Amino acid sequence: MRRFFANPYLVVVATALAVLLLPLLLESSFYLRIATLVFIFSLAVVGLNLLMGFAGQVSLGHAGFFGIGAYAVAIGPTSLGVPSWLALLAGALGAGLIAFVIGRPILRLRGHYLAVATLGMGLLIAMVFNNEAAWTGGPDGMLVPQLDVAGWTVHGTHAWYWIAGVSLVIGTWIAANVIASPTGRTLRAIHDSEVAARVLGVDVAHYKLIAFVLSAIYAAVAGSYLSLYDGLVTPTEAGFLRSIEFVTMAVLGGLGSVFGSIVGAAVLVVLPQVLTVFQDYEHIMLGLMMIVVMVFLPTGIVPALAGVLQRRTP
Amino acid sequence: MAEFLQFAFSGLTVGAIYALVALGFTLIYNASDVINFAQGEFVMLGGMVTVFALAAGVPLPLAAVVAVVITVAIGLALYRFAIEPARGASAVSLIIITIGASILLRGLASLAFDKNFHSLPSFAGSKPIMLGGAAVLPQSIIVLIGAGVIVLALWLFMARSLTGKAVAATAANRLAARLVGINTGAMVGLSFAVSAAIGAVGGILAAPITLTSYDVGTLLALKGFAAAMLGGMGNPLGAVVGGLAVGLLEAFGAGYLSSSYKDAIAFIVILAVLFVMPQGLLGRTHIERV
Repeated sequence: MRRFFANPYLVVVATALAVLLLPLLLESSFYLRIATLVFIFSLAVVGLNLLMGFAGQVSLGHAGFFGIGAYAVAIGPTSLGVPSWLALLAGALGAGLIAFVIGRPILRLRGHYLAVATLGMGLLIAMVFNNEAAWTGGPDGMLVPQLDVAGWTVHGTHAWYWIAGVSLVIGTWIAANVIASPTGRTLRAIHDSEVAARVLGVDVAHYKLIAFVLSAIYAAVAGSYLSLYDGLVTPTEAGFLRSIEFVTMAVLGGLGSVFGSIVGAAVLVVLPQVLTVFQDYEHIMLGLMMIVVMVFLPTGIVPALAGVLQRRTP
Repeated sequence: MAEFLQFAFSGLTVGAIYALVALGFTLIYNASDVINFAQGEFVMLGGMVTVFALAAGVPLPLAAVVAVVITVAIGLALYRFAIEPARGASAVSLIIITIGASILLRGLASLAFDKNFHSLPSFAGSKPIMLGGAAVLPQSIIVLIGAGVIVLALWLFMARSLTGKAVAATAANRLAARLVGINTGAMVGLSFAVSAAIGAVGGILAAPITLTSYDVGTLLALKGFAAAMLGGMGNPLGAVVGGLAVGLLEAFGAGYLSSSYKDAIAFIVILAVLFVMPQGLLGRTHIERV
């Protein structure tokens, strides 16, 4: 039983089943829209979890990469004449490239110093989107043309539900592969003790960089999806609060758990929708919930529940 | 030269506020290893409670005292109900808790007060003083003097009083401090109270110049955190140096380069410093036992 739950590919199957079955349960397109948003955010958080949960490196600036993807599909078609699908790829590549270039110096930093450096990086990217109004429309943001693949225009919740859902399944599958590979083992070793890993001959900087670049690509693809789906992008997509939201999703669901990333994203996407009923109290409830979950389930929702299950099953 | 002085004064004024926020970060970090992202909310509460107490007819000095007392009470509540029960949680979990607290406090403030910008009347008139060709608001001088007094008082408290030494001992080694009979829980609580008080005073001093509203805390916390890291986390002197440096960088960046990228300039310098000195300007080298 325990071995069954420990299989990293279990979450891939579970996600695929959820994506297939959810449309049967969710009849209104409002619920389908929320499910789509959960998939999109999950994609970004699964990537971030590779960095935070497995490599053990904090990033308070991942919304920067999310924003690069989001603006790539906006600026590409409108200003540069690049088709959306190519702009999406270029955004993902660009985010990966930026992560590769700044990752090496940034990832030398540790703990809170790394936190402040990634924070600064995210803020710098957001500031560019805010200030270069000729390209980005400034603080008001810009409209995003619809995705057009070989004559088929992708629009509407149904189309994006399937695109986001299938992408998330692929995303969890890639993550499961990374985790099960020697790279994943090395990342966990770095997480446990960087010095010990280095003593064993691990090129620590190299592996941290792999996780950083991968997570940046995940975030950029998710960003592209969100802005294509919404048809609008603003600098808040790249802002500090968005970064914090990603980190909170990852930690709330459980660091080091791919399934936890999806649960964390689902909680933080669904909860505000439920809380809009309380209007003015929305922030109070959100803040309270973050505190309460972290106080009582410090390892996150999924690892805490898995711990309970494991104690029950002999 | 007049222009240079003008930028320097405005930079020092803003920098003094950042320094106070960074000092609050440092105190709590030293005592409990927690990065308290609700530090900016302490500054907001100081300003906002004073504004609303003043509007309710309370005289300014009393309103300021009320604001500090309320902020300290909230700081203690934060420690007692959110930080202490989560002791032993990972650093990231604790960061999420303090960010949750900052969202919670912002939500409460938007309900208890309102969502508009407010200002306090200047404490010493609003006629600028001319210094070497630069116009300086009397309030700027009050901010600088106030921040200086706080830093000095804090230093005296930490270096000369027995309680201050107990706080320092708790920061250095919690277990050893407990073994010599120090109530370490109370000391950590005390550092939360002192941080809240410093933040509140900063908020009150700055309100006549920078305006205040329920959501000014986020940016202040970011700048204060960056300043504390620039100086070297855990070093009170570093926090002050870092705060002033960030303020000056912003002012000169906005004045000579580009006002829309003034925040960028501060962060680029911080990144550059961290690349060369990964422990900040005045931080200690990190040694890890395997």
